[in-house]
Amino acid sequence: MQLTLDAVSHRYADVTVLSDISLTIPEGQIVCIVGPSGCGKSTLLRFLGGLERPDQGQVLQNGPVPQGCLNPLTYVFQDFALLPWRDVAGNVSLVLEDHGIRGTKAAAVIDDVLARTKLSDFRAALPKQLSGGMKQRVAIARALAVNPAVMLMDEPLSALDAQTRELLMDDLIALWTRAPFTAVYVTHNLSEAVRLGHKIVVLSRRPGTIREIVEIDIPLTERHAGDPVLETHQARLWQLMREEAEAADKELGHV
Amino acid sequence: MSDNTHQNPQPVPFRGGGFRPQRIRGVGLAVFILLIAFVEWGTRVGFISNLTLPRPSAVFATFQDLIETGMLWKHLLPSLSRLAVGAALGVTVGVGVGVLIGLFSLIRAGLVPLVAALFPIPKIALLPLFVIWFGIDEGSKYALIALGTFTPTVVATYGAVDNVDRTLIRMGQSFGLGWFSIVRKIVLPGALPGILSGLRVSIAIGIILLVAAEMLGAQYGIGAYILEAGSLYDLERLFAGVVILSGLGVLTSGLIGWIERRVLAWRV
Repeated sequence: MQLTLDAVSHRYADVTVLSDISLTIPEGQIVCIVGPSGCGKSTLLRFLGGLERPDQGQVLQNGPVPQGCLNPLTYVFQDFALLPWRDVAGNVSLVLEDHGIRGTKAAAVIDDVLARTKLSDFRAALPKQLSGGMKQRVAIARALAVNPAVMLMDEPLSALDAQTRELLMDDLIALWTRAPFTAVYVTHNLSEAVRLGHKIVVLSRRPGTIREIVEIDIPLTERHAGDPVLETHQARLWQLMREEAEAADKELGHV
Repeated sequence: MSDNTHQNPQPVPFRGGGFRPQRIRGVGLAVFILLIAFVEWGTRVGFISNLTLPRPSAVFATFQDLIETGMLWKHLLPSLSRLAVGAALGVTVGVGVGVLIGLFSLIRAGLVPLVAALFPIPKIALLPLFVIWFGIDEGSKYALIALGTFTPTVVATYGAVDNVDRTLIRMGQSFGLGWFSIVRKIVLPGALPGILSGLRVSIAIGIILLVAAEMLGAQYGIGAYILEAGSLYDLERLFAGVVILSGLGVLTSGLIGWIERRVLAWRV
């Protein structure tokens, strides 16, 4: 399935946060959205998944959903959003129950996604017992369980430390290589963007507009930390963002 | 750098620590025992006159007497059943109304001012009214305890529903969960800690109202027993009644603590 943003603009009270954004998320690709803080990247993601409505413009979905898809547009949140009173398997089963998948059928799905995210040994653990990286793995497993058409990832690794982030990036690449998924990946971390993005969309500071779209055609599996080509891309992205970030930092809050 | 800077190494003074409550066992019990022992000694020596305070050993003897004659149960059972029925009514309705207030803005707008108006009324002042409405027997006592436990339960419950992590609700919506599923699987479990801690307050208020209601019109019950002892200035019996009430408070609080430990084991 392909997602399209068509001339989307949005304002909160008297502040324009996004202005005239048009963008297509092609099937089977990871599109990273980067930009200075407060540029509206998370708002954009909420529009894409229908959690919020833009003032102007529209969000369109186009094409069939994959077979057995329960929830076409599925989020992975920065703060994991796990139910603390349910164990790992229970958190995954939460999103199956409402679609009438219970019992052995649910157990099969849960086993499968926990194996894919290396969580099989932790099915009975409560979230409070898990590290941050493990919690995000559970959230990813939960997202995979509904077999989404598009994954909407809102800074999924930003709450984790640098080492865990590296490990999870490798896991995400492995997951994508096994079964390429469509994803929109919002981040402020440029090294994540160049490692995971087929396309990197740079937003300007408020009001957010698309400053540039960078395409990287190295296959995900061949990208490694310290790769000179990636470093060049990252340096260029930083150049684009630097001024914006500086100016955004000096702005007064509108809260 | 001159040499003498390396002479005389001093340990870095420790400035941390403290400001962290610790669990110390047995001290609470020791305070009780010391206090009772002091009163016992004072009354025996005559330093405390027996008009001021009864002798603890005499209170204990009265209490034993209560058990042996079976009068304890005769007074305790009606009290317990009044508390159970009244509090169950008040808490059930209170949790229901609190959840509705938490979920629907219209109900919130309509009922929050009403609850705020009911809360500060000393419920005991309404007992004569309840006697007319629900009869002089058990009905008016149930109603009084129910109303008294209702208001704090409502306030605690809608506060707890308001405090449920919105990102969890957003998550439920983003996975296409139905409204009822979100309420049952996310809102209610998330509000449970707040509801249970509100329950502690509600039950304590329930006990206070129970005694008040029994003092105003009951043949049997802890309140009636204390009132009778008070009017005869029988301090031993009065204190025996007070001990029963304290015990009831400790018991219900312990019961809720036990439920919390079982149901809320997921809390960090």
